[in-house]
Amino acid sequence: MVNPMATATHASMLGSANPGATAPAVSGDSPPPLKAESRGLDFYYSNSFQALKSIDMPVYENKVTALIGPSGCGKSTFLRCFNRMHDLYAGNRYAGQIVLHPDNTDLLAKDVDPIEVRMRIGMVFQKPNPFPKTIYENVAYGLRVRGMTQKNQLDDKIEESLRGAALWDEVKHRLGEMGSNLSGGQQQRLCIARALATDPEILLFDEPTSALDPIATASIEELVTELKKKVTILIVTHNMQQAARVSDYTAYMYIGELMEFDKTDTIFFKPKRKETEDYITGRFG
Amino acid sequence: MSDHTSSQFDSEMEAIRSGVLAMGGLVEQQFLRAIRFLQDDEQEPGAIDAVGAGEQQINQFQVQIDQQCAQVIARRQPAAVDLRMILTVTKVVNDLERIGDEVKKVAYKSAQGRGVERLSRVRHYEVARVANAALAMLRQALNAFARLDVEAAAEIVDEDETIDAGFAAILRQLISYMMEDPRTISGALDLVFVAKSIERIGDHTKNIAEAVVQVVKGKDVRHATAEQIRAEVAEP
Repeated sequence: MVNPMATATHASMLGSANPGATAPAVSGDSPPPLKAESRGLDFYYSNSFQALKSIDMPVYENKVTALIGPSGCGKSTFLRCFNRMHDLYAGNRYAGQIVLHPDNTDLLAKDVDPIEVRMRIGMVFQKPNPFPKTIYENVAYGLRVRGMTQKNQLDDKIEESLRGAALWDEVKHRLGEMGSNLSGGQQQRLCIARALATDPEILLFDEPTSALDPIATASIEELVTELKKKVTILIVTHNMQQAARVSDYTAYMYIGELMEFDKTDTIFFKPKRKETEDYITGRFG
Repeated sequence: MSDHTSSQFDSEMEAIRSGVLAMGGLVEQQFLRAIRFLQDDEQEPGAIDAVGAGEQQINQFQVQIDQQCAQVIARRQPAAVDLRMILTVTKVVNDLERIGDEVKKVAYKSAQGRGVERLSRVRHYEVARVANAALAMLRQALNAFARLDVEAAAEIVDEDETIDAGFAAILRQLISYMMEDPRTISGALDLVFVAKSIERIGDHTKNIAEAVVQVVKGKDVRHATAEQIRAEVAEP
């Protein structure tokens, strides 16, 4: 179990959700429980360029939310706020909140340790980036950082993570090989297994298939659909068809603003805003 | 509608749109020919062959446009307004083809049965009047499609009721003739079929109008009442 908190707890959280929050209205029935929420999020890079402008957006539990928009719209910047990646460079500045439910933790609060945040919120990048270590050690890394040392505990967790990433059957007899010996698609699944090892509550995918061939892409997309049973997923993608295929909700961003957020079915059939319609039909320019 | 970044995509969509309008124009022309058969007993030799040939052309349009739609789906993965347009076109093309069939029936039946004098009057006036109303409705529907004008489309939905009422009136009239004089039964039945075809044309035309609402509003109004459709159209 990735998230020990029962769904019922989250449902009750909804009732007590911050009344001041202005998350965009979603068409149709009542929305699922919230896993996280961005509230009035601004982000400034160290050169004081404002990359995000007052983003209010819900992240629903056990759903896949896709962030789409043209290059430079801030979707990757937004994604990286969720695991405090921007802290790695001095001078970057956040304002507003990203609240993680059910404990109502503001991920951006000064007293919240970014390392702790990253334990709860894993990330998978555009290019597969396994550590220059064995397959086993790639997955074990986060567990060791967490202080897990017992061999049998590690073995179990590594098998579970590799199975979760649909990689176990392909690598179970070669766990001692270098991660970099795997194919691109396998390396990406190894990175997913590495992220899964610490039982994250949210997984962030930053264009996870843009360096992969169509077959490897399909297997990652299939995996995303499988993973959402256990984790909440946020995915940035340039491939609109991919957003349409894998996501439950879609956010369209443009020049640092959230233009429209709705069910993926709505966004791709009858979005509310003309800007969104122009973008997803390829009329952007 | 602004242009796609891909001008090739633009021209594919434009080819489909203008194909539908050309097909619609042909159906209109066929309908005019059929109305001439209704109103005028004297026809140029070969006129009925022209109706047959026109119907073949309409069928070809249907196959060709459906194929173009399939190609856009396969190659472009259309979304939002493009997707709604493609889905709608395949339905509109189907309705136009069916209208073409009904129009042919009207022409053929009218060319066959000249019948007794009093029935000719029903055919020349009552049936022709409803046929002209259906033709006007079809023109409006095609215009609404060409301009993606939902207000005009909503009005058409109402007009179908006028056609239906006209059909019911013709039926009543023919029944009374048949009761008075059994010799009119055969000719009257032919006219019933003609009137029924025109009534069906009204239904197909209404489908086209509803399809326009689906393209623009993204709502499926096929089974909605006229009031519901007007409310949908009025929404910003």
